[in-house]
Amino acid sequence: MLLGRGRFTGDLARTGTLHAAFARSPFAAAQVDAINLSAALTMPGVRAAFTAAELGHPYLLAILERAEFTATRMPLLAGDQVRYVGEPVAVVIADDPYIAEDAAEVVEVEWTPLPAIAGLDAARVAGARQVHRELAGNCLVDLTMFDDDRLEEIFATAPVVVEGVFASARVAALPMEGRACLADWDDRDEQLVIHVSTQVPHQVRSGIAQALGVPERRVRVIAPDVGGGFGLKCVVGREEVVVAGAAMRLRRPVAWTEDRQENLTASFHGHEQRYDVRAAFDAGGRLLGLAAEIDCDVGAYSAFPFTCAVEPLMAATELPGVYKVPAYRARGRGIASNKPPTAPYRGVSRPQIVLVMEQLMERAARRLGMDPLEVRRINMIGPGEFPYTGVTGVSYDEGSYRESLDLAEQRVTAGGWPAERDRLRQAGLRAGIGYSCFSERTAYGTPTMSQRRMRMTPGYDTAQVRMDPSGEVIVTTGTCGHGQGHETTFAQIVADRLGLHPGQVKLRQGDTDLSSYGWGTFGSRSIVIGGGAAARAAEQVAGQLRQVAAHLLEASAADIELTGGSARIRGDAGAAVPISELARVVYFQAHTLPEPLRYGLEGRESFDPPGTFSNSCHAVLVAIDPGTCEIRLRRYLVVEDCGVVINPLVVEGQVRGGVTQGVAAALFERIRYDSDGQPGSATLMDYLAPTAAEICPIDIVHLETPSAHSETGAKGMGEGGTIGAPAAVLSAINDALSDTPVCFGHIPVLPEDLHAALTREGAA
Amino acid sequence: MKDIHLIRLRVNGREHELAVESRRTLADMLRHDLGYTGTHLGCEHGICGACTVLVDGSPARACLMFGVQADGSEIRTVEGLADGEHLSDLQQAFSDHHGLQCGFCTPGFLMLAEAYLSDAASDGTGPTEAQVRELVASNLCRCTGYQGIVEAVLATAWSRRSAGAP
Repeated sequence: MLLGRGRFTGDLARTGTLHAAFARSPFAAAQVDAINLSAALTMPGVRAAFTAAELGHPYLLAILERAEFTATRMPLLAGDQVRYVGEPVAVVIADDPYIAEDAAEVVEVEWTPLPAIAGLDAARVAGARQVHRELAGNCLVDLTMFDDDRLEEIFATAPVVVEGVFASARVAALPMEGRACLADWDDRDEQLVIHVSTQVPHQVRSGIAQALGVPERRVRVIAPDVGGGFGLKCVVGREEVVVAGAAMRLRRPVAWTEDRQENLTASFHGHEQRYDVRAAFDAGGRLLGLAAEIDCDVGAYSAFPFTCAVEPLMAATELPGVYKVPAYRARGRGIASNKPPTAPYRGVSRPQIVLVMEQLMERAARRLGMDPLEVRRINMIGPGEFPYTGVTGVSYDEGSYRESLDLAEQRVTAGGWPAERDRLRQAGLRAGIGYSCFSERTAYGTPTMSQRRMRMTPGYDTAQVRMDPSGEVIVTTGTCGHGQGHETTFAQIVADRLGLHPGQVKLRQGDTDLSSYGWGTFGSRSIVIGGGAAARAAEQVAGQLRQVAAHLLEASAADIELTGGSARIRGDAGAAVPISELARVVYFQAHTLPEPLRYGLEGRESFDPPGTFSNSCHAVLVAIDPGTCEIRLRRYLVVEDCGVVINPLVVEGQVRGGVTQGVAAALFERIRYDSDGQPGSATLMDYLAPTAAEICPIDIVHLETPSAHSETGAKGMGEGGTIGAPAAVLSAINDALSDTPVCFGHIPVLPEDLHAALTREGAA
Repeated sequence: MKDIHLIRLRVNGREHELAVESRRTLADMLRHDLGYTGTHLGCEHGICGACTVLVDGSPARACLMFGVQADGSEIRTVEGLADGEHLSDLQQAFSDHHGLQCGFCTPGFLMLAEAYLSDAASDGTGPTEAQVRELVASNLCRCTGYQGIVEAVLATAWSRRSAGAP
């Protein structure tokens, strides 16, 4: 990678590869009356062009098996109707990408524009046009998850009821490499081989097979180096399937690389949510009841395979978080609009629900004149209360919720943050300190995922460990890392169990012909589930090695330990045989071994845990320039507990990158749409991803509470940074404004929001 | 009718002569005509900096230049940093400080920093964290939160400075 020898999908095209470009809708909603490809087809260098009709109207269909869910087809190419700006209506295949783009521009479409449903309010107006004909009220899913009938009584009698509307803007995951694929038909293997920039190769295979009506063995999906995903690439893109279909028809390699405008306007978005919340507290700050209406603008379609219910389901089931909620009601809805579909972007509703709970704690504290950290402590699941079963029935395994908050507060005080806040205020700036406390359920196995009732229920994963005759190892997994350092951490896990050096273990992943069916990398699952399967498979091989060593050393297998590259008899320094020698004997001298020990050193295992909660406390100091209303981070601290840390460098990299994305959502990023459904954030000049200048150094302190639900004791931690940051930043902004009536409940908080609010309150 | 030009340039010290269409970007020409796929395209409108290469020693967005504009130039790409399999000090520092995760933006940051460090070395002053952060703010990374990148560039600057000190 550092040498410039990475192999990303866009690097792989060979001579003779054709290139695809898509003709896309300029309207948020329109009837497609006619499509004329002849101008495109006559352009020199154009080899083919297809509309939905020519492909036989193939589609992707994501299903949640619940009465409250309405399934809607996502056509690979739009047929008689388009539902967002950027929706593809035709594909052009040409000799080079320049020609393909030129030709896509001359695809002639006759449109009849329709009124756009541009957001939650427009979608739910009585008599609103339906984004899909079959979709009453534009509601794709409507789930009342919990409904405690004591709540109205509780709200009527509680000393304090905090009410609020909280919202987060539509954002883009924005991996540095956009989506990309390269498909080619292989006659010899009777297979379409498609390289895709994806987090989930097996689900891409299933999606292609289902949409094109071929058996899965006839499709091989390979994820080469993947330039970031963040959830955008854990769903199946219709363009990938179109390109697969085109390559099968043309029997020629076809490549497609999304440009940044397509990535920002025509791929998948996330996080556009609104919460209408009431929380009752007693006079001592104890939470008595919580009711939430959660609306997610999920765009025009349900993404395959997770469906659009991912965000509302996650929000409704996990809202209580680290706090004890005696009575609870939550209704989560996924509302369709004329905007691109949403994918499970990093954090998936947790950034929002943590923001909501932390703001409720802050606001209750303000009403009661209490310290907001004290209100958090009063309500938090405390030491000695684990495993804790909450009001939603979720069981929280051992964590360090209270300890991480206490430690963060100590570090903040010892680090002189309050004094720095005072100095900044004396210097004429606004300054504030904010905290967020949260846990993150990670490594959802099928016991947990099955509660969602997806037709394709993910959760388990698989690994294979094979030792070669020289004593080195190849591990294959169904997980599919793309920057999370799996090559390092999986090698550590396997090497530990085989007494090898990690350099002797090579991870191979991201190839559906190489790995058993697995679910890829998302939802902070890989180190626990993939790593757990790899640990188990390595244990199988370790057992085989111990038996062979026992045979050669004439000892009991129970007395053999694998360490430092050798099998040794425990307590006998002289009796050892190199592991490479064991491998040589197994493969090349099989006849010298008893029958059960012959023919290979291989393990194959799976792992399917219920899930495990990691937890963190974030603290941040912000300074606001009252003239420009620019909000700057001054200090950032994360106290995190992801159980056993397999590799601190990797964990810290995930935390810092995650925090940066959370800060981005809190302060900078927003995909804008106008009331006609036209996007206003089509370039990186409009969509403001933070640079190094907007981020400050992030200090990290580790706590380690090992998980009992994990083979390695590790908990997932890929999303925590993103989950905790918006709540902490918002608390800090509101602290900086605590001398005014202004109290924000939405993200991002932009300079213009601050200026408008302060002007309105006469506090500018 | 394609508008084709014959151009000559050096890439990482190697002479290339090729026919290139006038509208072809330098990035596409390097990647697809000459095979230097280490240079990546993240936005194709000059914001993200993933495609940064050195043109006659100065960092440039290869997505904003046409290939024909590089006629007669000396180009350096990420493939030209290492000595065979031996990482340069800057590349090693990126590895040591976990300055990369997915690696897609890394070549752009390496080339940006390489140019900066060459300039910084010539005037003999070591950069501060704030100066390096400002430099690194030229490009976008979505994985790391930038801390490892800033640390890697700083560490390289300081070690080059102490190595060069009398």
